[in-house]
Amino acid sequence: MNFEFSADQMQLKDIARKFLEKEESVKRARNVLEGDSPFDEELWKQIAEMGFTATAIPEEFGGLGLGYLELCVIAEELGRSLAPTPFSSSVYLASEAILQFGSDSTKQNYLPSIASAEKIGAFAHSEANTAPTEENISCEYKDGSINGSKIAVADGDIADFFIVTARTNDEIGLFVVNSQSKGIEIKSQSTLDPSRSHASISFKNVEAEALDSGWSNVQTLLDRAAVLFSFEQLGGAEACMDMAKEYAMGRYAFGRSIASFQAIKHKLADMYIAVELARSNCYYGAWALSTNAPELATAAATCRVSASQAYHECSKENIQTHGGMGFTWEFDCHLYYRRCRQLAANIGSQSIWKDKLISSLERANQL
Amino acid sequence: MDFNDTPEEANFRKEAYDWLKANAPLKEGPKDGWRTASEEEGLKEVKVWQKKLHEAGWACMHWPKAYGGRESTPIERVIWGQEVSKFKVPGGYLEIGQGMAGPVMMMYATEEQKERYLPPMAKGEEIWCQLFSEPGAGSDLAGLKTKSVQEGDTWTINGQKIWTSGAHFSDYGILVTRSDPNAPKHKGLTYFFLDMKSPGVEVRPIKQISGGANFNEVYFTDVKIPDSQRLGAVGDGWKVSLTTLMNERLAVGDASGPDFQEAFTLARGQDLNGKLAIENDSVREKLADWYCQQSGLKFAKYRNISALSRGETPGPQSSITKVVSGNKLQEIANFGMDLLDSGGIVRSDEKDADQSMYQMGFYGAAGIRIAGGTDEILKNIISEQVLGMPQDMRADKGIPFNEIPSGNK
Repeated sequence: MNFEFSADQMQLKDIARKFLEKEESVKRARNVLEGDSPFDEELWKQIAEMGFTATAIPEEFGGLGLGYLELCVIAEELGRSLAPTPFSSSVYLASEAILQFGSDSTKQNYLPSIASAEKIGAFAHSEANTAPTEENISCEYKDGSINGSKIAVADGDIADFFIVTARTNDEIGLFVVNSQSKGIEIKSQSTLDPSRSHASISFKNVEAEALDSGWSNVQTLLDRAAVLFSFEQLGGAEACMDMAKEYAMGRYAFGRSIASFQAIKHKLADMYIAVELARSNCYYGAWALSTNAPELATAAATCRVSASQAYHECSKENIQTHGGMGFTWEFDCHLYYRRCRQLAANIGSQSIWKDKLISSLERANQL
Repeated sequence: MDFNDTPEEANFRKEAYDWLKANAPLKEGPKDGWRTASEEEGLKEVKVWQKKLHEAGWACMHWPKAYGGRESTPIERVIWGQEVSKFKVPGGYLEIGQGMAGPVMMMYATEEQKERYLPPMAKGEEIWCQLFSEPGAGSDLAGLKTKSVQEGDTWTINGQKIWTSGAHFSDYGILVTRSDPNAPKHKGLTYFFLDMKSPGVEVRPIKQISGGANFNEVYFTDVKIPDSQRLGAVGDGWKVSLTTLMNERLAVGDASGPDFQEAFTLARGQDLNGKLAIENDSVREKLADWYCQQSGLKFAKYRNISALSRGETPGPQSSITKVVSGNKLQEIANFGMDLLDSGGIVRSDEKDADQSMYQMGFYGAAGIRIAGGTDEILKNIISEQVLGMPQDMRADKGIPFNEIPSGNK
């Protein structure tokens, strides 16, 4: 049995980690949060120069042709360092949608520029304060154009193109829309995590290009992205656990390090348990994604639920361990607390993923 | 990243499977397993099976061949365990001897003693128990009071042990005692092994909340042990105990009882308010949580096995298994009975009835969360040994044992 990343993949992870530390990615997340720019363009360019955006794109489309396991380890480090870039939107969602469901010419049109980060893609799916479903999506595709509106589109205000879910006849499909198209209106939306930009988009007779359609394709796209999102969440969760431990070790009260109090130690042990479960489930997801296993839907939902839970646990208890300092703007705890919520919301809620998990197990009829 | 065996591992797996196939029936389903009429019968069955394993070279696989083992690698033990779990074979009774007493004897006994005691342990001919916990010393094991006094070549033991699994059918026991009450508590302990039929040893069963009696109180009244049966130096008993406890943690694994699959199957067939329970959102949410925990433990184990496969030693990370699975079992047991509504608490004579399984889980989980390190002790171990956090401040550090406040329990 070899249920581990290879030495090369671990080395890539280490390179990504050191690069993001050297570039002070966390500090850059704070700068974006406090400033006016929607993302850190300089870091984004450097990430592209490192080849990270090209990782899983085949060589024939301008990528490096490495695999998803490589992308997973990079995702973990981007999550750990709160990288304030459109990586998840462009790489996990837009690139995947085109790679999985686009024609050869669509792939040729978009993938090389995603790989080089010249273009940013975003996924426009949610329409209201409820989960998008096969029944409630109201954006409509007819005669080559889209009408309707989307909200909370991550990186919506900086994207060059969108992958849009819309109704056509009686089916939900995936469509590519250029953000410069006529009839499109993009409005930035501020969220509780300003280190990541969001926008609402309205479409009035906007020209669109259809990808292979069907609700099951939308689900497959979300499943594939969920594994990568889970690795970001895992990285963030572990960063919070490490921060909490470091702080507790150095903070003294009642004449001793607060890390020697059982109430704190058991809190950290609970974080560790959540992170270990999430990590193990993420590896399962990585295996399923990289091998196109029939278990992908189950594995994706499992790691998504597990990693969301771990990040929630660790980011809130990190603040708690820091006490009053954890509640200040000055300390970084809140950056993680915000990002945890942003990532949990980005491709659907816990309730939806839990339901998807049980549905996939019912389908697999695993008795 | 893959789940495949190396060619050597695959060969070994085939060899194990083929032997098992020729010597035991395959399980017919997930609920199928070895059934025994009574503890007495079970003990006989285990001894017969163990003899067979030993003769074919499958006993105590990691032990030296000289003592009846196979000198297997850790990954081979894991593979053997995976293959055995597919068959209906008797189990139990031997773990404490082979898993805890054996390694300690291997480290501290004389060559002559090893030759005398280890092969019968491997063959399943002699059963061992572990005499550690006391009424006043459980999680704080080093607080034990059972007294040992040396006179010439003989030690005299007086005191009481508790929670001793299998003491009533054991031939030998490993025992830790206090030989110097004036020394600080970790320094005054001495470790022995003894014949459980020694005069002055009295075993009294303890009735558990499940109604069963798997463990005992053991009383020592002027029990004589020759100095040659001391393991480790006088006063070094704590160090020797740690060897045993480390092996105990490796031996205690997943809580056994209904898990996600049982709860999922039940929910898919069970009516709840006019619909199938599986259609209920709160049921689905709970099931999803348990599935994620079960899956996380399963793949954490695979990561450990991968480390073994590469020849590395997995760290104390495995401490999370019992904390997670014990609590999960308690919740699933409660959920299963709840789905059966009022009938969930009614006892059935049928052992396979759904409520029997959940009721046993309900009792068992309460025990699992305590045995072999409580949840709280395991969380201390995780925070100290995995995360490197400091030990709790101890009120008894450096104080002679007989001056440490002990309250009334």
